[in-house]
Amino acid sequence: MNVLEMRGISKTFGEVAALHHVNFHVGSNEIVGLLGDNGAGKSTLVKIITGYHAPDYGGEIWWQGQKLGHLSVARAHDLGIEVVYQERALADKQSLWRNIFMGRELTRGLGLLDVRRMRSETLKLMHSTMGFTSSAITPESTVKTFSGGERQGVAITRALYFKAELVILDEPTMGLSLSETKKALDFVEGIKRAGKAAIFIDHNIFHVYPVVDRIVVLDRGTVAGQFTKNELTLQELTDRLYLVARTGNLEA
Amino acid sequence: MTFAEALRPLSRSKRGSPASRFLRTYALQLGIVAVALVVWGLFLLGSPRTFLSGDIYVAFMSTTPFFAIVAIPLTLVVITGEIDLSFPSIMAFGMTGYDLVFVATGNIWLGFFTCLAFGLLAGLLNGYIVVRIGVPSLVTTIGTQFLLRGAVMIITNGQGLGMTEVQPTTLHSILVGRAFGFVPTQFFWTVGTGFLVWFFLNRHRYGAHVYLTGDNIESARLMGVDVGGTKILTFAVVGVAAAFAGFVVSAEVLFFWPTLGEGYMLNTLASVFLGGTSVFGGTGTIFGTFVASFIIGAINAGIVAAGLTGFWTSFIYGLIIVASVSIQTVLSRRLT
Repeated sequence: MNVLEMRGISKTFGEVAALHHVNFHVGSNEIVGLLGDNGAGKSTLVKIITGYHAPDYGGEIWWQGQKLGHLSVARAHDLGIEVVYQERALADKQSLWRNIFMGRELTRGLGLLDVRRMRSETLKLMHSTMGFTSSAITPESTVKTFSGGERQGVAITRALYFKAELVILDEPTMGLSLSETKKALDFVEGIKRAGKAAIFIDHNIFHVYPVVDRIVVLDRGTVAGQFTKNELTLQELTDRLYLVARTGNLEA
Repeated sequence: MTFAEALRPLSRSKRGSPASRFLRTYALQLGIVAVALVVWGLFLLGSPRTFLSGDIYVAFMSTTPFFAIVAIPLTLVVITGEIDLSFPSIMAFGMTGYDLVFVATGNIWLGFFTCLAFGLLAGLLNGYIVVRIGVPSLVTTIGTQFLLRGAVMIITNGQGLGMTEVQPTTLHSILVGRAFGFVPTQFFWTVGTGFLVWFFLNRHRYGAHVYLTGDNIESARLMGVDVGGTKILTFAVVGVAAAFAGFVVSAEVLFFWPTLGEGYMLNTLASVFLGGTSVFGGTGTIFGTFVASFIIGAINAGIVAAGLTGFWTSFIYGLIIVASVSIQTVLSRRLT
């Protein structure tokens, strides 16, 4: 069964059609790469999935086999749709554990923080998911001292910890160095191992290709094509993307 | 070698040994304690006769609470990245509530709670204008500072109110009595305020949201923190605290002056910033503000006792604010 299925999704802003009859789905435990140039409609699609925008009349959104009436941001959160934003989703001057539990602090009732449990959960996550083995990083370390890859790991770990069913990664490798990118990609594989689904949005197909199961190419508001990885080598994919950019068609 | 260069070696190991990590975590708290000891040492050397007797310390415990009780919750506002300059007027505005009720009913307790309610209202007004209308807090609270002072003057017609009726009451001995015959009870209220605010800041979800709101408001919002509600509540807390402090001052001197609060602006703000709370939001400690309040409180007496004129106090407050904010800015660049 598909985790998410979207049928006939259109979105018009005034005169501009950002999306036109898009069909899109994410299978269970599937990592879908969403590729497309600037203005292809990637971010509009994501904002519909997270409940930020409502699709135009006639579009349907199905979640785990059930049709959703209205999808709000709060509803999307409750369903387990988590977006890993870039850098801006962390509070730099706060400790690691405060960042992991940002906005969803563990309490013992009456809003009293269960600091000890948040610290120990963070310590557990550091070893099991984040792969922080250095003794120099503790749950009390402030996030400001972390590298870009580590920060991305914190954001992804946070999403997974809160029982995300579908993790949306919005250009997670942007601005990262080579080794940091590798680390961020490892986390995407961690999502797969954890049995969850993900949508991986990026410009860079060399980052997307190795970690995804299926690639969907958006172009000017429509789905220009999609491939499972075993249908296409990286070289063929690259050639076709150039073709799309020039002609709007995936096949010559 | 500049000051910044002198600090550079500190930043070399970003994630050093547990000892250096401890130093870095508590750098601001240790710093303020060091400052307190240095200032104290200078005063002891400068005028040993004054500073070796107990009287001066009783005086500190009596007068420092007047602004420390506001400075402690004001720390929360500064951590959220905002500022409140209207608290001196709120001190008088709250007492105007007491004035109205006392004149009408003669009931001191009812007057006391009306005073707190007026403070709450004033704080909510600040919060509402900042959060819901979206006016920067610096501008908002300059406006409400005049607005509330004006309201006080109109309502009281510029007339003060004698408070001798309060003196024999339990309320008086609870708030400004003398425990064991010599310890001013307002000192215990300051310690209590400090502990209560510390608890909510560090051990309650509200405080976690205060830090997150001031650190990165955008990400806090994305993660579902009610940043607007957090700010409004914080302004409201300062409003109540300012009205409470206004009552404490008036009960101590047994008179309500409509100009009440004027003259507390500088030392209150100085306490918050000297205490290590960053103007940029996201960091700050209650412990720092508490210790800094007493440093500020001691300076006035210390300067006079050291034989300088009172004209020096303003200069030295200013020096302390400018120097502490500069040092913090340099430290936060170097230590992280």
